[in-house]
Order: sequence, then C-alpha cells, then structure tokens
Amino acid sequence: MRFSENWLRTLVNPPYSSNELAQVLTMAGLEVESMEAVAPPFDNVVVAEVVSIQKHPDADRLNVCQVDTGTADNKLIQVVCGAPNVEVGVKVPCALIGAHLSDIVIKQSKLRGVESFGMLCSAKELGLTEKAEGLLLLPKDAPNGMNFREFYALDDQIFTLKLTPNRADCLGILGVAREVAAITATDFVPPEIESVKSEINNTLSVYVEKPEACPLYYGRVMHEVSLAVATPSWMTQRLERGGIRAINVIVDILNYIMLEMGQPMHAFDLAKIEGGQAGKIWVRYAKKSEHLKLLNGQKIELQPDMLVIADENEPLALAGIMGGIQSGVQLGTTDLFLESAFFSPEVISGKSFHLGFSSDSAHRFERGVDFAATRDALERATNLILSICGGKAGPITEVKNLLPNRDVVKVRLERIKQLLGIDMESGQISEIFKRLRFNFSVDDDVFHVIPPSYRFDLAIEEDFIEEVARIYGYDHIPVSLPREEMSMLPESEVINLSPSRLKQILIFRDYQEVINYAFVDANWELDFANNASPVVLKNPIASQMSVMRSSLIGGLITNLQFNLNRKQTRVRIFEVGCCFMNNQGNYQQTENIAGLCYGNAVPEQWGQPARNIDFFDVKMDLESLFWPEQIRFEKFIHPALHPGKSAQVYRDNEIAGWLGELHPRLQRKYDLPRSAILFELHTDSLSTRTLPKVKKFSKFPPVRRDVAIVVANHISAQELLDSMNAEKAAIISEVHLFDIYSGKGMEPGKKSLAFRILLQDTEKTLVDKEVDEAITKLINVLESKYNAKLRG
Amino acid sequence: MKNLENLVNEAVILIDRSENATELEHIKVRYLGKDGELTKLLRGLGELPQADRPVMGNLINQAKKSLDEALALRKKIIEEKDMIAQLEGETLDVTLPGRGLVVGSLHPVSRVLLRIESLFHSIGFAVASGPEIETDFYNFTALNIPENHPARAMHDTFYVDGMNLLRTHTSPVQIRYMKNHQPPLKAIAPGRVYRCDSDVTHTPMFHQVEGLWVDENVNFSALKGVLIDFMQKFFERDDLPIRFRPSFFPFTEPSAEMDIGCVICDGKGCRVCGNTGWLEVLGCGMVHPNVLKHGGIDTEKYTALAFGLGVERLAMLRYGVNDLRLFFDNDLRFLEQFN
Repeated sequence: MRFSENWLRTLVNPPYSSNELAQVLTMAGLEVESMEAVAPPFDNVVVAEVVSIQKHPDADRLNVCQVDTGTADNKLIQVVCGAPNVEVGVKVPCALIGAHLSDIVIKQSKLRGVESFGMLCSAKELGLTEKAEGLLLLPKDAPNGMNFREFYALDDQIFTLKLTPNRADCLGILGVAREVAAITATDFVPPEIESVKSEINNTLSVYVEKPEACPLYYGRVMHEVSLAVATPSWMTQRLERGGIRAINVIVDILNYIMLEMGQPMHAFDLAKIEGGQAGKIWVRYAKKSEHLKLLNGQKIELQPDMLVIADENEPLALAGIMGGIQSGVQLGTTDLFLESAFFSPEVISGKSFHLGFSSDSAHRFERGVDFAATRDALERATNLILSICGGKAGPITEVKNLLPNRDVVKVRLERIKQLLGIDMESGQISEIFKRLRFNFSVDDDVFHVIPPSYRFDLAIEEDFIEEVARIYGYDHIPVSLPREEMSMLPESEVINLSPSRLKQILIFRDYQEVINYAFVDANWELDFANNASPVVLKNPIASQMSVMRSSLIGGLITNLQFNLNRKQTRVRIFEVGCCFMNNQGNYQQTENIAGLCYGNAVPEQWGQPARNIDFFDVKMDLESLFWPEQIRFEKFIHPALHPGKSAQVYRDNEIAGWLGELHPRLQRKYDLPRSAILFELHTDSLSTRTLPKVKKFSKFPPVRRDVAIVVANHISAQELLDSMNAEKAAIISEVHLFDIYSGKGMEPGKKSLAFRILLQDTEKTLVDKEVDEAITKLINVLESKYNAKLRG
Repeated sequence: MKNLENLVNEAVILIDRSENATELEHIKVRYLGKDGELTKLLRGLGELPQADRPVMGNLINQAKKSLDEALALRKKIIEEKDMIAQLEGETLDVTLPGRGLVVGSLHPVSRVLLRIESLFHSIGFAVASGPEIETDFYNFTALNIPENHPARAMHDTFYVDGMNLLRTHTSPVQIRYMKNHQPPLKAIAPGRVYRCDSDVTHTPMFHQVEGLWVDENVNFSALKGVLIDFMQKFFERDDLPIRFRPSFFPFTEPSAEMDIGCVICDGKGCRVCGNTGWLEVLGCGMVHPNVLKHGGIDTEKYTALAFGLGVERLAMLRYGVNDLRLFFDNDLRFLEQFN
C-alpha cells in the first residue's frame, strides 16, 4: 500500500514527524517499507505565465520571454529560454534569482548577450522525473506567483507499507487513518457519505446465481456522463502518489475510491451490455468454453471455478479481478452501469495468480474487503462522478445475501495476562478496544467483542489478545525468563548418536564438509545410483534440478569438477544429507553420509613421496567412522564403481553402504584427470555403538609368532582371517595381517601373506610346547582349507 | 715413594689429556687393571718390611682413590662433550612444516546449526527432526494454513504429487513432536527446507531452525526473554539491540518479527540493513490454538511459544558472508575459511 502522507494527515494528524510516524506504524505491525520525498529540496520556484516571446538576436534556439511571476506591481521579468515547447500563454514553473535547484543557484546572467533573470524549468530540472522533453506545463488556472512547491503539494512523503496478508483493512487510506488513530490515540472522524438522490429511474436487473460467492452486489445506472473532462489535479496527484496510473476520468474516480476506501469498483459501458437500458446482469460461474478478453489485453479461457459478471449473452468481466475490454468505459461512453460488490475471498483467491497477472482489485478481494462500506463506496463514487463529469444517477439495485459471520468473541482478562505475561487491568483493555473502535461489552473481566466488518483476521480470543499486545506495544511487554522444574535431557551413549560425531571424525581426517541441493539432474541418478525411477518434482525450478537424489555422489562429483576448474588438485569432501527413494509412490527418506577423495593421499610435502590416494586410504577413514565396531567388506558390483575396486560394507550382517573407486567410464564422462575414491553409508548404521565393558587383561607377557603363507591370488585375506579366528586355540588372542607380497620370486598366481599371531594366557606364562601346538593347528587349518603353504 | 708420586702425576696428566671413553678406559687398565702399575705396587706391599706396610698401603690406596676420582671426573666431562656433539649433529630445522594430514572443517551452515543447537541445548531444548518430503497436511493444514492460502500455490512450494511436497519450513516438526511427546516440552528442529524461488537473495533450498516450548507458564514475555538471550549469546554481544514487531503467521497468534540492530554497521545504516539500522532475523509468536489442537495439546492448560529462523542469514551476519550463493557453490577456497 502506497499513499501520500499529506493525504493521510488530512484525515488524521498525530503530533509526530514523518520519521516518527513511520516508526510508530512499523512497530504496530504496519511495516513502513520505504518513505520517499515527492520532490528533492528546492526553493524560490513559482508559477509563471509566459506573456510574450521574441527570438534571441544571436541564437536560433533561444527565446527571450517576458514572464509574469505574479509580482504585486505586475512587473514582468525577462527570461532567456531554450525549451522547444515554450509558447505565449503557457504556465510553467520559474526559478527566480537566488533559487536553489539541486546543485545550482540561479543567478542573473547574460545568455549570448541578453540578460536573463531566472529560469523556466522542466520536470527533470526540478528533480521530479528522470527525463523530460521541454518545460513542465501547468494547468491554465495555476495562479501566477504561487510557490510551486505549494501548488504541486511537493512537501509530501510517499509511504509504502509492506502489509501482512491479514491487514487488508489498510489497503485503503481510510483504513490506514483508522489504524493510525488507534495506535497514536489521535482523533479520527470518518467522512460522512451522502446518499445520492436519483434523477432517473433506470435500473438493470441483477441476478446472483451463487450468493455465497457474492453475498452483496450493488449496481447503479448513470446517464449523460462526460468522459471528456480532465480528472482534477488533486485526484491525479493522490493517485500518482498511490502508485496508480491515470486512465480516464471514470476509471480514475473508481481507482480513487479504491485507494481511499479499499473498495474495488467497476464501471460498464451501458451501451455494450446486451439489452442496453433493459439489460440484465448475472453474477455466475463461467461455463466451459467461454472466453473473455480482459482490460490488460489478455484473452483467457474461462474455467468453471471462475466467477464472472455477465449479460444475457456472455461474460463481461472477471468478477473482482478485472473487467473485460469490450464492456469497459471509454472516451465516447455516456451511460454507465456502476458496480460495487463484496466477493468472497475464497472465490477470488489464487485466480489471478494462475492467470499470470496481478490486479489491485484481486489483491483486495482475496484478503477481504469491508462489506459494511460497499454501498457507501457506490454513493461516494456517484457523488464524485456527478460533480466532475456531470450526468444523472439512477436508484441503487441491491442484491444482499448472507454476509460473513461476525460472532461475538469472548476475551478473558485472565487469558490476556496468561498469554502475554503482563499484569493488566480491565480498564486498560477497554481503553485499547475503544481506540480500535471495537464494538464490545465487559462482564466480570470478560470482554464480549464483535469483530468489525473490515477485519477478516479477528475470529478467536487470541486474535484480540494480539490486538491488545499490538496497541499496548510489543516493546512495552516486559522481558522475562520462565522458571521451571529442572530435569536433564536424556543423553544416550549408545543409540541415536548424532551425525555431528561422524562429521568430527571426518574433519579430523582432513575432509571438508559440503552442502548440495537435494534436487538433481535425472542423469545423475542413472549414472551414480542406477535409479531410473527417482522421486520427481512436479514443478522443478530447472530441468537439471528435477528429481530428488537417492545418492549424494552426484553432488560430490560436481563439487570436485567445480574445484578442479579452480585449480585445486587435492579434494577431500563429504556431505550428510537426506536421500529419497520412490517405492511406487511411497517415499523413503534416509539420511546418508558420503565422501569423495581425489588427488594425493596427503598434501604435497617434504619428506614424504607424493602418492595418489587409493582404496585402502579411504577404507581406513570408513573404519574410523565405525570404530570400535567391526565392519566387513565384500566385493560387489555397483554401476558407478570400478568392478575390481569396490566393496559393500556390512555392519552386523546389515548393509551399511559401500566404498570404491569411480568407474573409469564415469571418470572419462565427467572429465576427471585422475580417479576418485568414493563412499556412501547410511547414517543409521552409524548411529549406535556398544557401551564399553572392560575385560580382564593378562599380566603375563604375550608371545608373538609370525607366520608367512603362500596361497592362490583369488583367496581373500578376509577368508583366511575368518577361518583362523573361527578355529584358533583359546590362547591365541590376536591374528593380524601385517604384510602381503606377490610378484618377483613368487610362483605366478600366488601371493604371500604374513600374519602376526599373539598368544597369551591370563593365568600363567605360556610354555613353548603350547605355543607350537597352537600355531601348528592354525597352519593346518589354512593348509587343508586353502591349500596354503608355509613360505620357506 | 718418589716413584708413586711420579706415577700418580703421570697418570693424571694422561687422564686429563684423554679425548674419549676408549682412551680413558685404556688408561684405567694401565694403572688400575689386573696388571696395572698401581695394582702391581699394591701387590708388592708384601715384600716391604712389616713396619712400612701400613704407611705404604695407605699411600697407595690414596693414590688409587685420587686416580679413580680423576677418571670419574674426566669421564663425566667426556660424556658431556659427546652429548653436546650428538645434539649438535641431530639439530632440526624446526620451522619445516609438520608431516601428514591437516584438518578439514564443517560447512558454515553446519557450524551455525551446531552453535544454535548447543545454545538451546544448554537451556534444555531437545533436538527433533522430521521428513523433508512432507504431506500437505503437516506442512499446511495442521499449521492453520487454509486451503486457498497463497503459500500453497505452486509458486512457493515444490510438489511431488497432489498430497506430498518438499517441506517449505521446519514448522511441521512442531506438530509431529507434539503428537509424540507429552507436555511440558521443549525442542528445536533444525533442517533443510525448500521453496520454489531462486535469485540473488533466495536459494531453492536453505536451512531453518524451528523452536517450540509448550508449558503452563510460557507467555509472550518469556518468548522475548528466550529469544533476546539467544541472539545476544549467539552474537556474543550483551548490548545487541533487539526489537519485536507485530507480524502475521497463520500458525502463531500473537505473531512477531524480531529485528536485531545491524551487526554490520552497528545500527548506523548500511546496504545490508537497507539503511534502517535493523535486520529482520526471526519470526516468532505464541502458537495458535488450532496448531496446538492438531498436536493434541490442551489449549486451556498449556500455552506455547514458537520461532523459526533462517540459518544462512545468521551465518552471513556472523561470518561476514555477502553472497548467499557461496554456501552452495562449495568452493574450497570459501569452505576452508571455516576451520
């Protein structure tokens, strides 16, 4: 809502400066988004009339003008002027000697030898517009000599309110004035509106088919109205400062009513209504296949949920949203049909948005228009038309049905105190309600309030408590901290562990956290997750953000590309985020943690040879995440991963995720110079751990034996370890793989593995015989199961 | 006698001239070893007259003692010298960089989230979470946002199908939390939210923290108290100016917008605060009774406060980030600054 401060002050004039007023409005919930001066500061500019013009003797483009600036002795002053539109008889602003215009001071000067005693001004020179072609021409009746700032009412501010959707009552300046009066406790008397006496008897019959969509409709015929007259300047000025463009005098008057009273109205050209003087008006829903060309030029296909104003043949206007171009008033129009109605917010809501435009009318009806002022608006508009355009008015046609409920709301003093935490008295509440012009009674500290017709946001007790708080002032409500019985929050050591614990582990292993959008390119889902049926958005913001990710990998690869393009050579990143699966319309949402490593294993440094990161570097990162819980890795095939360098991760026999090197095919496709190691895990599998239970440890020294065996290449270390662990003697406390060798000196297809075996007894020192027996047994297991040979 | 004195003098000179442990050992053997010169003298005592023996024995023993002392002293000196030489040889350039991995860092949004969680945790707020694909009911209906509310239009909300959408705020977690917990309850719900909006000041995904406190004595005064406390602690400024303005949200009544004095210009007016000196940082209010009812709360017995704040906004103000999009570019040069 934009409006002129001067206009507001004609209605209510609290003793506050413009800045103070803005502050007060903002703090009462009517946020002042901006406050701009109508004109920059300038002085000594008056209304002047060009009385005579002579060509400048030495300059083709200059004229020497004699100008009447309204001096007491009618003395003319001479001004040299270069504007193309200067003519005898025009009225223009004239800056006198000594005037300050933005940066310049007007002085007596000679222009090509001719004396000039001032300057005739364009709107641009006064700082009123960005551009101007020639002098600013003023109306003929502008009084010579009048201070131009006063004549144009330039000492004014334009206020722009950023209204919340509940405050439609302030979409008219009377509503703003009413609010200002309430919050500043200033007098405000709403203007009396006189009823118009009809001079003709003509009416149109109005049929409202769906009363709940249009509970109130007023119409009036007017004859012999002239659209040739100019809109009065006081009105265009207010409209302009309210951000409304001038169209023609009738539309301007109706827009003025909207800006003043908040009631959108419409005027039809009576001649364009089927049946003319005997026409009929229907308020009905549109039929299928009906069309309407709107005032903005847009031709729309009407839908059965759109309310229209129609004559007997066809729709004339989109009710409460915009008129049709065919039936609108124009210069030749003489007879009108004026409409002032109340359309239900639910019927108007969302329609103009769907059609792709907004209108001042829809904006108001969507939020709720004061249905108690609908008739007044029509009377006020008729009065203005009669006085500006002449003509004769007919009687009002009224169709009235069930208006919105305004049930009495009970507001308890106790509840006010409970909700706000202020100790208030009944009298204070009464005072606030009076200032808000609420209709109420009090009974034993319970207020019975009838919500006003212009407030669509007041229906329950809490709504009125907010009004109390607002007028009392949020700033005046004391600040306190509630006291309560203390009890500690549960803090489990074993379940529901937070992902921030995992993040910390990765950070200390040199990973950087990233956050990516959850909507991704559908191709990523195919490439990185083999997911051909992801969760699809109905209205994506862009085609490459059209599906919900089921894996975090795509984002990490993109982050890698982005950073490689910025000359990074080593990237270690991870993300924790929700992943989405479409299970035939059932959406599964799980939280994953995924990482990517690229480049050197450690930052380039002295004393350590550069080495590309590999599977086993990242495997240790993964094991650290789970530590001390044991996880198992099994070879597996994943479309995004190198088939020989990928593993599925299991914890307690449940799949926890995977680890692997990016498939060389994808490495090429995504243009990566080196390979990347990736992992992705469900955070669920990481959200529990076992509570440590300390076991007795032996005070006898352990015995260490190293055993190196040779087996076929395809036998995995895990198999060997599993077998040894399953069959080992009780005194073997640990079997640990510490070396692996294949290649030179080794039979082809074979590899050697070296195990460190620790033996220990909690009760006594071990003797050699026991140790030898245990080791032999272990080797026998490997020999029989895997054809392992002791390495000589 | 002369002989003994010479012997001692000669040995002491040799000891003092010795350069290392081996030399010293040789000297020790030469005089005090099994066949050492002093040992031999001692052994020759028996050949002396009975009367001379005690005197001579005494002298020899004294000589031995002084040699032992000289040896020990020299040994100590040599060891000291050796240690100095060893240390000199082992000296490092301690200014060389350390070896191995460095440390990464949290994303600034996570960092702020963690900070918010820990501040609220310190006054007993639990951390709750909810799904990101939400139903229309939890995202709108249960939060008192009517069917025809503009927020429900396509322009603001990403829809998955007629019933399901990407949550536009973390507020639905309020309802889920109330349904699963008995009052009194206190919780915050941090998380990602989505809106169909993308320009210089909007990203289609961002983070919010929702807060909810339901109890018998929760009121607007407490709402102010808790949030002022939070903001001042968050920015570590006890003098941070704060104001509450009436506003409108369908799920709170009364509703308020909370502004802080601009932390960039200290309230003098700058580009960031639009020359107002104030920054809008948070929406809050007393939970609307319709919302409490959807959460199964007795609205006569209990009242509740709620708030929702934008995490990126706080991160920008806290760390001087001037472009929202930096958060989602994931440029390492940006991220690494949050170590």
